[in-house]
Amino acid sequence: MKQLFPIKHVMGYLFSLVLSVVALAVIFFDLSFSAAMVILLVCAILQASLQLFLFMHVSEAADTKKTLYLNIAYAVFVGLVTIFGTLFTMIWGYQ
Amino acid sequence: MNLDKFLVKGEPMIYAAMVSIVVASLAILIGLTYFKKWGYMWREWLTTVDHKKIGVMYIIAALLMLFRGGVDALLMRAQLAMPENGLLDAQHYNEIFTTHGVIMILFMAMPFIIGLMNIVIPLQIGARDVAFPRLNAVSFWLFMAGAMLFNISFVVGGSPDAGWTAYFPLASLEYSPTVGNNYYSIALQIAGIGTLLTGVNFIVTILKMRAPGMKLMRMPMFTWSVLITCVIILFAFPVLTVALALMMFDRMFGGQFFTMANGGMDMLWANLFWVWGHPEVYIVILPAFGIYSEIISTFSKKNLYGYKSMVVSMVAISLLSFLVWAHHFYTMGHGAMVNGFFSITTMAIAIPTGVKIFNWLFTLRKGRISFTTPMLYSLAFIPIFTIGGVTGVMLAMASADYQYHNTMFLVAHFHYVLIPGTVFAVIAGFHYWFPKMFGFRLNEKLGKLAFWFIAICFNITFFPLFFLGLNGMTRRMYTYSEGSGFGPLNMLATIGSVGLAIGFVILVYNVYWSFRYAPRDTTGDPWDARTLEWSTHSPVPEYNFAITPNVKGMDAFWAAKKENQPLYEGKIEPIHMPNNSGQPFILGVIFFFLGFFLVFSMWVPAIVTGVGVVIMLAWRSFERDHGRHISVEEIIETERKLGGDTV
Repeated sequence: MKQLFPIKHVMGYLFSLVLSVVALAVIFFDLSFSAAMVILLVCAILQASLQLFLFMHVSEAADTKKTLYLNIAYAVFVGLVTIFGTLFTMIWGYQ
Repeated sequence: MNLDKFLVKGEPMIYAAMVSIVVASLAILIGLTYFKKWGYMWREWLTTVDHKKIGVMYIIAALLMLFRGGVDALLMRAQLAMPENGLLDAQHYNEIFTTHGVIMILFMAMPFIIGLMNIVIPLQIGARDVAFPRLNAVSFWLFMAGAMLFNISFVVGGSPDAGWTAYFPLASLEYSPTVGNNYYSIALQIAGIGTLLTGVNFIVTILKMRAPGMKLMRMPMFTWSVLITCVIILFAFPVLTVALALMMFDRMFGGQFFTMANGGMDMLWANLFWVWGHPEVYIVILPAFGIYSEIISTFSKKNLYGYKSMVVSMVAISLLSFLVWAHHFYTMGHGAMVNGFFSITTMAIAIPTGVKIFNWLFTLRKGRISFTTPMLYSLAFIPIFTIGGVTGVMLAMASADYQYHNTMFLVAHFHYVLIPGTVFAVIAGFHYWFPKMFGFRLNEKLGKLAFWFIAICFNITFFPLFFLGLNGMTRRMYTYSEGSGFGPLNMLATIGSVGLAIGFVILVYNVYWSFRYAPRDTTGDPWDARTLEWSTHSPVPEYNFAITPNVKGMDAFWAAKKENQPLYEGKIEPIHMPNNSGQPFILGVIFFFLGFFLVFSMWVPAIVTGVGVVIMLAWRSFERDHGRHISVEEIIETERKLGGDTV
């Protein structure tokens, strides 16, 4: 029975719930902007790696490693383009 | 309950639509009961997980939506035919151009392409189905739920009326108080989930399920284009998901993301919309490029010129497509730096696209060209699309765009890109792969007649719009004065649109005619084509290939035919196939009602249906379904019936 119970996944699930609650807590406490942002960023990075490594098994299969990391690189590229591109068009580059 | 909230009243055309919807639905229900087809419908179609049947359903849905969007277009052209025409009022016109845009892009072009993908990709790579057949059915039924939800808005509650781009602040609760834009956010969201799942499904299928020997650089060009398209889907659609969710918060829960007050930013919607919207353009155009590559190579009897440069230019387009979105709103007011940057990236896209045009031309060069219907569409595509592309470069210049922005010039440009690009491609693909789906070709004579109507009348409809735009006619204006001088060219465009409609009627008649009278194809390879899908029977047996093909080079089937390389080695073994399931259909129905209740802010039923969705997910999670095996005897029997020679 012990081997059958997916303890890692249940722990990961609970941990991701905790991370969500911590992120939510930012609006309930009177934090400075930068402190709130730091908490959100740390939570976001932890949450993303939790999903990737625990639930999506990024590091498990050796034969698909290259494809997976290439895909993640593409995702990071699109994500950064979206965020910084938006800042560029909407704020920095605005007349 | 008060029905006034739901039904649109006071418009004779809408009453007529209500009557026709009721009559058509009754006819379908009575027909199914009378001919005792309910069991057949349920077993063979509603519960199917077979990629070919799902593809056929996608294409039927796309053709229906083409009809709906086409009627919208004809109404708009009728309204604009004469100055100060009173056929439609401003509100009605707004609703019609909005639904025309959304339906043509998201519920016609996308499903048509996804339908062809579904039918062709597993066959082209020598697979038995997609990687996740059940998920594929879920994709389809979610798309269908979204499409139906969007379509009923017409008679239930009112259509969205803020343009297919739904720009804020116009689309906000303050300026669009009807439920129309709720439909927009919810229906697109549901259909969008389906599209995302399709993206995941086909990436895995193409990467993991290719026949032995089919390396990435041996894949047919259509498969390549679909792989790259799916990567774009995977990365572009989440932005739409987020933007639509924020829109929903704004409209239903008092959010302030895109409002003008309380720190909201109305243009952020336009920004996020186009971060998705521009890659979306390439999502509908890249598979079209793939289709043309297959057709041009087949009917020139040559392999595709510059295979590697085709792949490289598609990868380049996929990267660049994420870097150009701000060219949709140059006039928003950002500085020269931003506009300059996006001008350059936009013009850069013309380079890989130009490479592809030259590759097709060089494929044609010295080829033995046969002028079949699909080939005619492909040949017409090259010059017409180039006009669209060149006017696109004109629009890409930010300073000049201040003149063209939101004029009919722009409308002409994107129809010149999307119709020869996507619509011609899906029609060409439809003619090309039709014998694979149904076992007989569409009639060539009727096909060519429809082609000439469509190709010529397309130009009569949209070429005048370039000049109207340059003369100052803006898009989305529901009428104009006689003194503006826009009358004659608009009349010409309207006449063209009628011809275009006739072309599509001939196309549909051709399908009907061919079903009844066309001679059946027994070879499985009526076009003397090159890729694996033509090496199996038509119509394709459910397991696709009795023996998995063994690929030794590019255009494997061509090599097998010309150099007698054996494609099928080994003996028949039992084939493992997935079971049919009613769950995807039920999930789609639940999603439809969930969406409907959300649109009308009916929270209790919305929560109940939402719980229904969770129950469906749980049901699937705890289900044990290992599929079934088709026995060797059954395969041999099927192969014998289909007259196969692979045994």
